[in-house]
Amino acid sequence: MSGVKTTDARLRPDACEASNNQDLPESLSGNLKYTLIGVVFGIVFVKAEIVSWFRIQEMFRLDSFHMYGVIGTAVVTGALSVFLIRFFKVKTIQGEEVVFPKKTFNRGQIYGGLLFGLGWAITGACPGPLFAQIGAGYLAILVTLISAVAGTWLYGYFRDKLPH
Amino acid sequence: MIQCLSQPWPWYIAGVLIGLTVPALLLLGNKIFGISSNLRHICAACIPAGIPFFKYNWKRELWNLFFVGGVFIGGIIASTVLADNSPMVIGESTQTALGQMGVRDFSGLMPSDLFDTAYILSLKGFFFTVVGGLLVGFGTRYAGGCTSGHAISGLASLQWPSLVATICFMAGGFIGTWVLLPLILKIV
Repeated sequence: MSGVKTTDARLRPDACEASNNQDLPESLSGNLKYTLIGVVFGIVFVKAEIVSWFRIQEMFRLDSFHMYGVIGTAVVTGALSVFLIRFFKVKTIQGEEVVFPKKTFNRGQIYGGLLFGLGWAITGACPGPLFAQIGAGYLAILVTLISAVAGTWLYGYFRDKLPH
Repeated sequence: MIQCLSQPWPWYIAGVLIGLTVPALLLLGNKIFGISSNLRHICAACIPAGIPFFKYNWKRELWNLFFVGGVFIGGIIASTVLADNSPMVIGESTQTALGQMGVRDFSGLMPSDLFDTAYILSLKGFFFTVVGGLLVGFGTRYAGGCTSGHAISGLASLQWPSLVATICFMAGGFIGTWVLLPLILKIV
């Protein structure tokens, strides 16, 4: 398996941006380990108040360092881990070579990025926090989630007509 | 233990744990951290409608739906077993600015003035959940990722298209907060 794969949506309409690059198929019990990571992740989301609409407002009003601290630390931790994995050629637990798909630039990252930013400020949520907010008992966010699925569907429908 | 975990967690603990998700997913199964892709998988599984963008082997990406299932459960645990009843501390100028626009209840994670289930069928609910959700879903897929896929795993693997996307997320967020939000709150 090559170390670099193209994920350019224009070239590979079937490409998934957050892809599964494992050669071996996942069993049901294999998939449950991702649920476990998700549980920890969801707890962090709520306990560090990252899923709070107010924290997102503070971030965009430059009124608090909290969210910048969270995202900054996450990027540094992630980057250091990726560097170590590459440097020591660490293999996955199945013994496979770790794949880092290359992201290709297209103008969608600008237009889509701006649109998502608007939505982020209004809903106070990225796609991940939506699930944690619903779990935390904010049932109106179910509507936001359904609407976000509809938005994704609309993108798929109009994709060929949009500038990329 | 429970009492210690129940207090609000500082940003550096949260940041490290979120950052560690990137190597955890890579080493456990060669998976790339990116949550918005789930919205696409749901479309592909439930309403593909013959659209080429939704014709792919979504079953191979089921792991990610298991992941967000976990996020949902984590939300339940954090708000029940690990619940903390002390009020959230919110910046004073944010409170003042929001207060002037009619957001006055600062008690929960989400403002009840905007996201109470009673507003679902009102104009308020329409803007904050329906329009907001459409922007999140459409925008993330158009951009090819969200905060996790671009801002965290993209930046962590030093990919410049992710930096462009992240800058645009932030720019959109600033416009949304300073221009769009006051406008919507004037209408509803």
